[in-house]
Amino acid sequence: MPHTLPETELHNPQSTKPPLDPHLKALENEAIHIFREVAAEFERPVMLYSIGKDSSVLLHLARKAFYPGRVPFPLLHVDTGWKFREMIAFRDEMVARYDLDLVAHTNPRGAAENVTPFTHGSALYTDIMKTEALRQALDAGQYDAAFGGARRDEEASRAKERIYSFRTPDHRWDPRNQRPELWNIYNGMIRKGESVRAFPLSNWTEVDIWRYIQAEEIPIVPLYFARKRPVVERDGMLILAEDPRLELLPGEVKREEVIRFRTLGCFPLTGAIRSDADTLDDIIAELETATVSERQGRAIDRDQAGSMEKKKREGYF
Amino acid sequence: MTAPAAANAALDQTVVSLPVQESARLVRDTRPLRLITCGSVDDGKSTLIGRLLWDTKAVKEDQAASLQRDSSGKQNDLGLPDFALLLDGLQAEREQGITIDVAYRYFSTDKRSFIVADTPGHEQYTRNMATGASTADLAVLLVDARVGLLEQTRRHATIATLMGIRQFVLAVNKIDLTNYDRARFDQISHEFRELALSLGVRQVTAIPVSALKGENVVYDGRASMPWYDGPTLIEVLELATTRSAQTVGFRLPVQRVSRPGESFRGYQGTVAGGSVKPGDSVVILPSGMVANVTKIVTFDLVRNAAVAGDAITLVLDRQVDVSRGDVIASIDSQPMTGLAFDAQIVALQPEGIQPGKRYWLKSGSRRQRVQVQPVSQLELKSGKWNHADELPMNAIGKVHLAFDEQAIFDTYEQNRTTGAFILIDPDTNNTVAGGMITAKRAALGGIHTEESRVILSLPADLADQLMATELFASRREDVEVRRVTAGKAVGIIDAIDG
Repeated sequence: MPHTLPETELHNPQSTKPPLDPHLKALENEAIHIFREVAAEFERPVMLYSIGKDSSVLLHLARKAFYPGRVPFPLLHVDTGWKFREMIAFRDEMVARYDLDLVAHTNPRGAAENVTPFTHGSALYTDIMKTEALRQALDAGQYDAAFGGARRDEEASRAKERIYSFRTPDHRWDPRNQRPELWNIYNGMIRKGESVRAFPLSNWTEVDIWRYIQAEEIPIVPLYFARKRPVVERDGMLILAEDPRLELLPGEVKREEVIRFRTLGCFPLTGAIRSDADTLDDIIAELETATVSERQGRAIDRDQAGSMEKKKREGYF
Repeated sequence: MTAPAAANAALDQTVVSLPVQESARLVRDTRPLRLITCGSVDDGKSTLIGRLLWDTKAVKEDQAASLQRDSSGKQNDLGLPDFALLLDGLQAEREQGITIDVAYRYFSTDKRSFIVADTPGHEQYTRNMATGASTADLAVLLVDARVGLLEQTRRHATIATLMGIRQFVLAVNKIDLTNYDRARFDQISHEFRELALSLGVRQVTAIPVSALKGENVVYDGRASMPWYDGPTLIEVLELATTRSAQTVGFRLPVQRVSRPGESFRGYQGTVAGGSVKPGDSVVILPSGMVANVTKIVTFDLVRNAAVAGDAITLVLDRQVDVSRGDVIASIDSQPMTGLAFDAQIVALQPEGIQPGKRYWLKSGSRRQRVQVQPVSQLELKSGKWNHADELPMNAIGKVHLAFDEQAIFDTYEQNRTTGAFILIDPDTNNTVAGGMITAKRAALGGIHTEESRVILSLPADLADQLMATELFASRREDVEVRRVTAGKAVGIIDAIDG
C-alpha cells in the first residue's frame, strides 16, 4: 500500500524560516547525500538513535533526505535502562509524531545480572550495557549499515574516522587499516556479515549542531535548557537526582540548582553544568565562550588513556 | 603549463604569488576553507596544526590539561606541551610518534572557519594523504629547514596538484634550528617554486616558520626574523579561495528513485555541476531520453532553482526509465559517454594496480566493471612519465579504462565530481585507487599515441633493427619502442613518417 503523507508534512512554500547560511547548508547537503547513498547501497540500514542533540539533528536530516517519503529504515535505541526519564518520553513522542519504526534493545544478560553503573563501575557497565548491547542488536537485525551521529570534533580518535567506517563481522574497527575515502565517493562494498557505520555528521562541530537546531527549529530534550533541578555532587560531577535508584552516599546532599546538560548519556555518568542558558540563543552564546570541551562531563571518556579508541575497536559507537 | 616568462619574473621575489586569477572578493566566502598539511615524516605537521589550534584558542581547558598530562616527560625546553598529541589520537600513533591516518580538525578565527586534514608523511600511508587532498582547497607543504625538499615533498605536491589543488603554502619549518638563516629559506623557497611551476601551480606562498615556537603561524616572527615581511600562515589561510563551482552544464547523478506513493516519482541526488530550474529540458544518460523538469522538491519548499552542491529531488514531466547510477544532464552541454577513457590514478594499496585486471569503478552513484591498463608512471624526481605495465603502491600513473557498458564522465578539470572515480578490488572490496578522467578514447589496443609520442610494441630483434636506423635516431624523441617476445611489426615506417 502506498504510504500517504500527513498533511502537515507537505511542502510549505510560505515558510518564514530564513535560508540557512552557506556553511550550514553545505553541511546539510553533505549529510543528505550520505543518507541517500547508504539507503540506496545497503540492504538493511538502521539508524542509531541515542535521543541526544546530535541524534535529533540526524533524525531531522534523515527526514529531509527521504522527503516526501518516510524514513526508510528503523531507528535503533540501545537502552541501558539508565537514561534520563525525559529522554525516553521524548523518544516516544518523536516516534509517534514522525511515524518512525523504533527498535529498542537492552542487553538481557546485563538486565538479568543487574549490571548498573554503581555496582560494576563505568567501564564494565559501558562495555556490557552499551557495546555488547549494540552488537547484539545489530546482529539480531542483521543490519549491514548503521548510521551514527558521531562528529570528528568530539574526541581524538573520532577525528580519524571515515564517513563510511568499515567493521568486521565481529564489529571491530581497525583504525590502522581504514579504506581510503576520496571526494564524496563512498565504498559500500562488503561481504556477508560485515557492516559499515556511516557518519553523516562527521564534519559538524558542536556549534554547528546548535546553530542548525536553532535555524531549523528542531525539537530537543528539555534537559539541554537550564532549569532548577535536584542534583548531588559526586566525583566532581553534578548528577541529576530525581531517579529513585540513585542512592545518596554518606555526606552527599541533594539540593536544587539551576543546571543544564551539554551532552546526554546515562544519568549517573553524565555531569550537568551550572548555567542560566534557557534559550537556544543563550546556549549558543555560552558555547562560544566555553573554556572546556563538550565531553568533559562524560565519565566514560576518562576511564583510561585512549579510552574511546579502545571502545570503538571493540564495537562501541 | 604556466607561461615561463611570468614565472621567471616572479621567482625573484621572496614571497611570490604566481598570477592570481581571482581578484579580491567583495563578499567574504563564509564556507569553511578545507586544507591539508603534507610533507615528509618528522617535519612537524602535527606540531604545526597543534600550534594553529592552540593559538586560535581551539584547545579547551580540559583538553589542554590532558595534553599537559600526556606529554609529561616529552616536554620541550620551552615548557610547552607536545602539540602533536592533540592530533595523533590513536594509540599506535602515540607509541610510534608518527601520524598514521588523516585527522580532521576544526578551528576558526574571527574571519573564517577551517577544516584541516592532518595527513601522514610516511610513504606507507600515502593513501591517507590522497584522501585528505581530494577535498582540499589548499595545501600546506612542510619542509624541515635543515633538510630541504625530499622525494616525499615532491610526491605530495604532485598528488595535491593532480587532485586539483591550485593554492600552496610552503611552510619552511624549524627555521629556528637554522638560526633563522635567510639564505637557507630563500634557497628552499626557490627550489620549491621550480617544482610548483613544473606542476603548473598558480599560487605559492613561502613562509619561514617555527611551529614549536609559534613564529609566523598565528603570531608573526618579526622579533627573530626581521628580514621576513610576508604574511603569517593564518593570514594566508584567511584570504585563500575555496574551489570554485565548475562551469560545465547541469549534472545530477541519480542516487535513488523516490516513490512514496502512486502520485509521486522523484529522482534524488546532489547537483554535481551547473544549475537547473523548472522548465529546463534534460537528457537522461546513458539511455539518451529527454524530458522536462517540472519541480525541484526539497523538505521545506518547492524551489525555483538548484545549483551545484544542492541535495534535491527532481520531478520530470513524463514517465521515463531512470534508475540509480544514471546521470540527468543539460541537453546542450552533455557529459561524455563511451566505452574507453584515459585517466590518471594514484595507487593506494600494497598490491598496486595489475594490468588487465577487472576492477569495480565507482563514480558518482554509478558502479560498473572496468578493465584497467597501466600506460605510464610518473617519476617524481624528473617529472617524466615513463612507460609502465603495472603500478605499484603509491605510484601516480596514466591508465586506459575499458568498460563493458557505457560509462558517463566529464574530465576532472571540467567537473570534480563527474570526472573523479575510485577503483575497488573485487577480491578484497578494498579501495585500491583514486582516479581522474583526462579524456575519452576511441578504443583500446593497437598502436596508439600518448600525447605526441608514438609507442611501438615490437619483437626484440625488430626493435633492435629499428633503433639502429638513422631514421629512428632522428625521431627518438617522438617514438618509444617496447620490446615484446612475440607479435608482428606493423606499420613501423609509416608510423614514424606519419
